[in-house]
Amino acid sequence: MKGSTILSIAMVAGLVAVGAHVHAQSDGTDIPRTASGRPDFQGHWSSATVTPFTRPRNLGDKEFFTEEEFAEYEAGRLVENETQPNTAGDAHYVLSDFGLHNSQNTRAATLRTSIITYPSDGQLPPTTPEADAIAAERRAYDQEHAYDSASNRPMTERCIMWGHNGAPMLPAGDNSNNQIVQSDDHFVFIQEMMQEPRIVPLTGLDPLTPAIQQWYGSSRGEWDGDTLVIETSNFTGLTNRNITPSGKVTERFSMIDYGTILYQFTVDDPNTWTDTWSGEYTLTRVEGPMFEYACHEGNYGLANILSGIRAEEAAGER
Amino acid sequence: MKRIMLLLALIVVAGCQSDQQAVAQSEEAAAPAPDDGIPRTAAGQPDLSGIWQSLSDANWDLEPHAARQGATEDLGTIGAVPPGLGVIDGDAIPYLPEALAQRDQNFANRRTDDPEAKCFNPGIPRANYMPQPFQIIQTPSEIFVAYQYRLASRTIFLDEHVDIPVDSWMGWSNARWEGDTLVVEVTNQNGETWLDRAGNYGSANMRVIERFTPMGANHIQYEATIEDPTVYERPWTISMPLYRRIEPNMQLLEFKCVVFAEELMYGHLSRDAAETEGGAE
Repeated sequence: MKGSTILSIAMVAGLVAVGAHVHAQSDGTDIPRTASGRPDFQGHWSSATVTPFTRPRNLGDKEFFTEEEFAEYEAGRLVENETQPNTAGDAHYVLSDFGLHNSQNTRAATLRTSIITYPSDGQLPPTTPEADAIAAERRAYDQEHAYDSASNRPMTERCIMWGHNGAPMLPAGDNSNNQIVQSDDHFVFIQEMMQEPRIVPLTGLDPLTPAIQQWYGSSRGEWDGDTLVIETSNFTGLTNRNITPSGKVTERFSMIDYGTILYQFTVDDPNTWTDTWSGEYTLTRVEGPMFEYACHEGNYGLANILSGIRAEEAAGER
Repeated sequence: MKRIMLLLALIVVAGCQSDQQAVAQSEEAAAPAPDDGIPRTAAGQPDLSGIWQSLSDANWDLEPHAARQGATEDLGTIGAVPPGLGVIDGDAIPYLPEALAQRDQNFANRRTDDPEAKCFNPGIPRANYMPQPFQIIQTPSEIFVAYQYRLASRTIFLDEHVDIPVDSWMGWSNARWEGDTLVVEVTNQNGETWLDRAGNYGSANMRVIERFTPMGANHIQYEATIEDPTVYERPWTISMPLYRRIEPNMQLLEFKCVVFAEELMYGHLSRDAAETEGGAE
């Protein structure tokens, strides 16, 4: 990914300009448009940010940092962890060696203290008793069976889904790049990790039958003025996100200027949470193209984990 | 009589004009009749957008083949290979001798070694004739192709041709229009993919030139010329029609197949397998 490095000094300087009017809607005159007059989102966009998903508890209802507070917070977030000798983490996998550390990314300019904007405390709403029971059942099963076979391992380890995948699209820890493809009647969203296209028809296609559930759900889009609105349903309830087949995600994409998209989302799943929850962050235009991310094809880790466990069992160490 | 002669003359002249038009059209394939039914962009190029699928037996075996037992007998007739006339020019892919031996070894081990069995990216051209639909989303600067199988995809670059730094499973696709034909040059595939379930393959030196030619509203003639001097004696070509999926509610669904491949790939590392093995000792 070329052109994704911006010095944090430049970012902080940029924040002074952007922070004051962040999220200000464009009047529509300074954004690129397609031949049919719609805002033109096509291109590559970074969702990298230091803004946490949920708000640090000590900040309470404080929605925005001051610029000074943010500078201090960001500096803390961009410290790269050194691998510690003689620990399990001593693999010398230093992200910056590979251009993957967040300090090397083009990051969103925002003073928000959390991506979550509703509930107002910046936390996810309480989960339902039913969801708690399912989670407890999963944990109990994992305690006994976590290493039994590939299908018992976490979804990320198996290259099925990352926590930031799908709707709502969230920033990843690294490789927070996104490709948007746009025609008059379709959008496609590709997150660099897992790089699986989410196709969004704007053709008035009927909702997908509830008989079919999918990892990424099923998305339908429409324009609300210059804002692209996408509704996604038909989730499996099996991902880390826990959005069930009854859940619905609404996303709104609004172009602030040539280089910035305001991305907002609301999750409504009464099976899992006692209230809806919403969030927002900005996508920042970066230079493409995006390279292939073939996770499963190169997944040596999963086989190594299982064979390591089997070796420990054979040696009587487990 | 004069009237008859005049009529004949007019018919001859009209016939000559018709012949001239036919010659002109054949020489200038880029200018088909405006009522050809081909959807077009504002710029006048064919709009290939839509959901397409091959109905050939190419994914079973690119070469002509009689029906045969499949890679496993466990599925009975469901696993058997349907016969096919083949989609190649000629009756056999022109392998170099050593490469032919590799193909035959691939065939023998196809139950476990076919990248499709492992849910791996299919590469090009195989992605286009998997037995599942794929969707083309055409924009002025690039054409995006989403394949239902594995949720694989590729971007075909029209405007800005760029080089790829290293090889990849789906390779790199740069394209240009030749009249109504989209010509795509695919390079930098990693040599790990196969071309079908019969073990036909290419190496990382493979270069594929694809030609997508719309034949009306609902058909595309697909051709791919495959060059790889380390594997084949000469370039060779496959061709087949692609059919538009015209169901009114047609849409790609998910075929996220990792979960279907895990037992094949990692089953021997499971606790059950270890206990079975231990019990047998």
